[in-house]
Amino acid sequence: MMKILFVILGTVLVDNFVLTKFLGICPFLGVSKKMDSALGMSGAVMFVMTIASAVTWVVNEYVLTPYGLDYLQTIAFILVIASVVQFVELLLKRFIKPLYKSLGIYLPLITTNCAVLGVALLNIQNSSSFGMSVLYGFSAGLSFTFALILFSGIREKLESSNVAKSFKGLPIALITAAFMALSFMGFQGMFTF
Amino acid sequence: MKKGLKEFSKGIIRENPIFALVLGMCPTLAVTTSAENGVGMGIAATVVLLGSNIVISLLRKVIPDKVRIPAYITVIAGFVTIIQLILKAYFTDLDKALGIFIPLIVVNCIILARAEMYASKNNVGYSILDALGMGVGFTAALVLIGGIREILGSGTIFGIDVSFGVIPQATLFILPAGGFLVLGLLMAAYNKFTKNKKQVVDCASCPIQCYNAEQGEKS
Repeated sequence: MMKILFVILGTVLVDNFVLTKFLGICPFLGVSKKMDSALGMSGAVMFVMTIASAVTWVVNEYVLTPYGLDYLQTIAFILVIASVVQFVELLLKRFIKPLYKSLGIYLPLITTNCAVLGVALLNIQNSSSFGMSVLYGFSAGLSFTFALILFSGIREKLESSNVAKSFKGLPIALITAAFMALSFMGFQGMFTF
Repeated sequence: MKKGLKEFSKGIIRENPIFALVLGMCPTLAVTTSAENGVGMGIAATVVLLGSNIVISLLRKVIPDKVRIPAYITVIAGFVTIIQLILKAYFTDLDKALGIFIPLIVVNCIILARAEMYASKNNVGYSILDALGMGVGFTAALVLIGGIREILGSGTIFGIDVSFGVIPQATLFILPAGGFLVLGLLMAAYNKFTKNKKQVVDCASCPIQCYNAEQGEKS
């Protein structure tokens, strides 16, 4: 039980996926302008990351490793993730309409979110067990959510503030992110797992 | 000839993939803790870009429009795997330094963006020049960011000591926060000197997102 808590807190605060590991920067910068879209995107990422970690673990363990196809990992994983995203989208559309309505437009954007492929690859690198992989996928999604929501809150304020012309838009957003990363460094070494 | 030169040179300043098109932010921030890593990542991405641009340009009339993005991804993933194996075999140190970001070249927007916006519409010759130009621009930007972070953060450049034991080192710059800070400041400087006004991270910069969103709307 403690271990689960440590993994979640460790991934969200100490080793934040966006601010420490630099995974998923594109959506972090791209969909953080409005709180609503940030919420939708992070919900979708959390969902897909958890499922993708489970599926890629199974593919790696029962297909790639037994047949000595480890070198196909990258190709296999990206195709698996792409199909998982499609599949999740279809399932939601068919069975859970309200959830599809809120996450629908964000789901397809996730195929090229490097955090999803990153989680799958990190799981294999750490040779985690199935349960740990799923947990790690979930907490990675949570850490993305945490960073994205904090960031979009700040960015909504930035929109209305008076910024020097050449800093408008992305440069100031990046500098804001720098200060966020700085404050997240305060958590360094708090949890180890 | 003249057009060829233009296709090559546009990627270096005017359409620099990092500062103007804002593509491939993850590796840009993650691997630029030293100039050397920047060179390594830049070259690896350039080779993949060159390979994928050539193949996609040759196959542009064969690949059906509907499945073009999955097809591009498979081609790109193939080249990434080749690079991964080469680095593992001959450049072990670099492989360790870049780590997970080598396989993540697959989802690097630069490569897919050039496939979608350029290689799928132009012939092989121009596609090669485009890939080389973009690759040089990407590498130059990475080396610039990496160099600044290395000088400020560890007092060296390409591993050579330039602090002479007097200049103190601000470790902050090789930490994640420094990456965001340096990129943000450089981007502001780029805006100032080129009068570039359209840095937007949205559909325009990541074609797959656009394509997928389109598909999503249709279905």
